[in-house]
Amino acid sequence: MSGNADIYHEMIIDYSRNPVNYGEIKDHDVTFHDANPLCGDSIDIDMKIDDKKVTDIKFHGKGCAICMACSSVLTEITKGKSLDEVQKIAKDDVLSELGLEHLQAVRIKCALLSLKVLKGALYTYLADHLKDSEDVDKLKEEAANLY
Amino acid sequence: MQSTQSSFENLRKDFPILQRTVRDNKRLVYLDNASTTQKPNQVIDAINDYYRNYNANTHRAVYALAEESTAAYEATRDKIANFVNIKDRQEIIFVRGTTEAINLVAYAWGRPHIKEGDIIITTEYEHHSNIVPWQLLTQEKGAKIEYIRMDDNGELILDDLDKFLATGKVKLVAFSLMSNVLGTITDAEKIVEKCKAADVLTLIDGAQAVPHMKVDVEKLGCDFFAFSGHKMLGPTGIGVLWVRKSILETMSPFHGGGDMIREVHKYETTWNDLPYKFEAGTPNIADVIGFGAAIDYLSKIGMENIREHEIELTKYAIEKLSKVKGLHIYGTKDISKRGGVISFNFADVHPHDVAQIIDEEGIAVRSGHHCAQVLMERLDVAATSRASFYIYNTKEDVDVLVNSLNKVAEVFKL
Repeated sequence: MSGNADIYHEMIIDYSRNPVNYGEIKDHDVTFHDANPLCGDSIDIDMKIDDKKVTDIKFHGKGCAICMACSSVLTEITKGKSLDEVQKIAKDDVLSELGLEHLQAVRIKCALLSLKVLKGALYTYLADHLKDSEDVDKLKEEAANLY
Repeated sequence: MQSTQSSFENLRKDFPILQRTVRDNKRLVYLDNASTTQKPNQVIDAINDYYRNYNANTHRAVYALAEESTAAYEATRDKIANFVNIKDRQEIIFVRGTTEAINLVAYAWGRPHIKEGDIIITTEYEHHSNIVPWQLLTQEKGAKIEYIRMDDNGELILDDLDKFLATGKVKLVAFSLMSNVLGTITDAEKIVEKCKAADVLTLIDGAQAVPHMKVDVEKLGCDFFAFSGHKMLGPTGIGVLWVRKSILETMSPFHGGGDMIREVHKYETTWNDLPYKFEAGTPNIADVIGFGAAIDYLSKIGMENIREHEIELTKYAIEKLSKVKGLHIYGTKDISKRGGVISFNFADVHPHDVAQIIDEEGIAVRSGHHCAQVLMERLDVAATSRASFYIYNTKEDVDVLVNSLNKVAEVFKL
């Protein structure tokens, strides 16, 4: 196989077949949902946050292999990180983990949906709990410009 | 023209795009015709000819070029009248496409006529363009939108319609003649008959049906009918709205501007005759002319022949695809009740992934919700893959599609 289909390597398929951190957290501190209007993929992320740290994170929803693999990797990266660190997670952190740096434009939206949801969850939490409007505005802008 | 596979195969030479290769030098297998179709030289040349030889604005100027452009523009109106059997050419309004046509009705008919408590009916298998304009209208007016449900076979449950009509509050029933996802052909005559008996207007979205089968608007008996040029070999940005004249006369203008007026004074304006009252501004002249060439092309082949060709292809494709382990086809298997549209899911592989892998084989299929999220909810899926056929598709295209699914199975270890 050549070209764009190269993205379907072992790791992607494994993650999509057996997603990590898949499910719901019933007593979450924050939950956020977003969908990709182009393809109908949708992702929810639930987080437990203690002492400004993500102590648990789960995602659920419907998505393609790229979307599911990236969601898995993203939740792995996020778990245990402080909110400041979560804020700094960039799209390349997710893409490079899966060798998707050169993903074609139309699929980038699949790869980054969960990151968009994560940022949405973070600013929802910050707005609700920390009243830090500067951070919230910055995050909102960042989330809006992700792709 | 004979309705044989070989004569249809001969048509391929008229389509320059089908001569190119894609990806790794693969033959293009274009199976996204429910979305838009490719254009034959005849259509491309007609548009080219207009811009090269007689480009001028229509209807007003008296010079030679304008006379030619007006004649060509108006000739398409007559071709459309013939093509779908519309008796009065004044009832034919050029719009950008089906979406604009339905929005025009929602605005220019709906706003003056729909009141609080009224009901507008649509169906579970509509395209967003036949849902969202009605949501906007009913929300504005305090009216309600209701849905005729679909059964597991992909056919409408018409008992729902009876139930809604019995309320006496229904003002309009809007439905597509063919589902863009399942290919189901709606029993339009039955719906129109029920609505007529209840004195309720009907709007038919013909975007998927008109390109693929003989449609007779007069016989359908509806009140509004819409379709798009680009799904039937014509250019993008041109479509048709037909409205029964007695209703058209009760409608407010849609857009104000040039060409739609009779006289404009500082504080009042009188409207132009039909259909120009609804065609404000310089129209899409080139594409109307291109649309005319597309209708000529289809008429020459004959819509009955096209339907027959697609039945043969669809039957062949359903047979082949049904043998692929893990592949699920949505909608009815009764070929007389469906057009050349096949939506499917392959095991638990997301349609996006299917589309991407088979794209490497030169195959263009659509993956996603197909602008029919209400239907996706009903089917309880996020998305489907969809292959849809047209006159230039062959059994070889179907074979390439079926074989490519082996690659998907390989990658996803099915």
